[in-house]
Amino acid sequence: MRVVFKTSYDNDIDLHEHGYERARTVVLLVVMVLLPFVVGDYYLAEATNTLIWALAGMGLMIAVGHTGQVSLGHAAFLAIGAYTDAALMAAGLPFVVAFPLAGLAAGLFGALIAIPAVRMSGIYLAIATLAVFVIVEELVILLEPITGGVGGIMAPSISIFGLSFDRYAALPNFYWLVLGIVALVTWGYANLMRSPTGRSFLAVRDSEVSARALGINVTRTRALAFGLSSGVTGLAGALMGHYIGFFNYELFSVIISINLLLVVTIGGLGSIQGAFLGAILITGMPQLIAILRDGVNANFGFDLGGIPGLDTMVFSMILIGFIIFEPAGLYGRWRKVRAWIEVFPLARRDMFRRHKTYLKTERMK
Amino acid sequence: MSLLEVNDLAVHFGGVKAVDGVSFSVERGEVFAIIGPNGAGKSTIFNLISRIYQPTRGTIRFDGQDITGLKAHDIAKLGIARTFQNIELFDHSTVLDNLLMGRHTHRASSFVEDILFLPKVRREERDHRRHVEQVIEFLELESYRNKMIEGLPYGVRKVVEIGRALAIGPKLILLDEPASGLSVEETRDVAFWIEDMRRDMGLTVLMVEHDMSLVNQVSDRVMAVANGQPLALGSPEMVQAHPDVKAAYLGTEAA
Repeated sequence: MRVVFKTSYDNDIDLHEHGYERARTVVLLVVMVLLPFVVGDYYLAEATNTLIWALAGMGLMIAVGHTGQVSLGHAAFLAIGAYTDAALMAAGLPFVVAFPLAGLAAGLFGALIAIPAVRMSGIYLAIATLAVFVIVEELVILLEPITGGVGGIMAPSISIFGLSFDRYAALPNFYWLVLGIVALVTWGYANLMRSPTGRSFLAVRDSEVSARALGINVTRTRALAFGLSSGVTGLAGALMGHYIGFFNYELFSVIISINLLLVVTIGGLGSIQGAFLGAILITGMPQLIAILRDGVNANFGFDLGGIPGLDTMVFSMILIGFIIFEPAGLYGRWRKVRAWIEVFPLARRDMFRRHKTYLKTERMK
Repeated sequence: MSLLEVNDLAVHFGGVKAVDGVSFSVERGEVFAIIGPNGAGKSTIFNLISRIYQPTRGTIRFDGQDITGLKAHDIAKLGIARTFQNIELFDHSTVLDNLLMGRHTHRASSFVEDILFLPKVRREERDHRRHVEQVIEFLELESYRNKMIEGLPYGVRKVVEIGRALAIGPKLILLDEPASGLSVEETRDVAFWIEDMRRDMGLTVLMVEHDMSLVNQVSDRVMAVANGQPLALGSPEMVQAHPDVKAAYLGTEAA
């Protein structure tokens, strides 16, 4: 077990506790940057998709994991982000302007609906956000001049200072763009969580009554968290639009909301890393199942592809398994494995007995 | 002028008169205890002062200012801190983070500055940490600094909650049964801390307590309440000898 000798308060304030952790982050970033030179277009596109999902997952994590507000309507903010970005770019604004504005629009809308909605919690808030989702979905269909109605619209091609970031024509560039945005948001998120604002989110999640007694304005804190959450999700939505290319309201179905909730729950509530791990699982698993199925087909001659719904069923069963056997999520499991290695051979069975999940929102006022 | 003046305070929940016409004032630098049988309305008085409940009638003045109309989250800024009878800590955070949350009223950075983590935010964080370390030293919480709250023994949590209230840097601290569930040694520690808060920190302490040995040891004045109404107010010995107080605790002798 590594013991850090702390000589100043900055040791605790810094993002990384020691040089080894810092080096690990740098290595990870370098590997991610070099990825286009290593893998082909198919895997690069998948990696881009995973990053976009991780971004959306981080958005939802702020609300569900760190502030304890369950949302079933986050697909609505994806939609707002995607359509705002596409509409502004169609109106002639460059991506560098349209993209932040798309996030801002989603964030403001989120904060606005949060002001009445934050008085609710738990399952009631989930139902309210679901209702918001339905309203947004109908609006998308009604606002045909902007959104293309049922038919859908084409996301304009991205170019920054004459350089193409088109998803098909210049996939590595698009990948790097997404990677840069995700890295930036992750940095901001990590900063938030080590600052007073992040602490006030946790306070509101764990005990509203004592948060108030400490001078935290619960309504404003929850509205801010929900606004930030929907803003980041809006950014992910804009990127998702560019990634898909041509989209209509069906891209942002309620299934996407549920998948996002799975990303944060299975990844590990209350951890930024969890959003990434969850996104890798949710986007990677269907691909992996498909590859395995084709392998079985080629090697053993079973045509499993002929059984309808098999992929979905296997996928769902794996997810259920995760929720039953590891409620702390992938990140929680990783922490246990790491702790086990660090204290080897002194790990005890009940070291993590008291571990609980964060999906706890029903508290007295 | 008294630090806290409570005048004819009452709160009715439907037909239940939880608190009915309670008046008292707490002087600066005083340790004031409220005692009474279960359900007497002691914690309700606390919840009224910290603005969680809206009083049906009456006023609360703190430091000359009428706080009856303020919101619960405005109270800490004025310098009123409190603990809870059933510990209300942030279970999924460390002791250090819990104490840092107590510094919320002293933050000066906006959320945008926090996201960018500007040098100003770092300076403030160091400052918060310095204050919190003083509290940690005072309450001897050094060995628990980086421990999660869930998993800590009850007695330690109780102390962390006092620490979080002290981190606010209050003028008045409301302790809701600080000794309940504590061992004799721990209760003695609490008594010493209350003495130190008054003497070294210049704090005014208002507490609800059942442990009469603690009340006798630290409090200057005691108020006994029963059924939401005040029975007696005065020195600890005087209040305990009061016939109405004895009747409230033990019942009256059959005539």
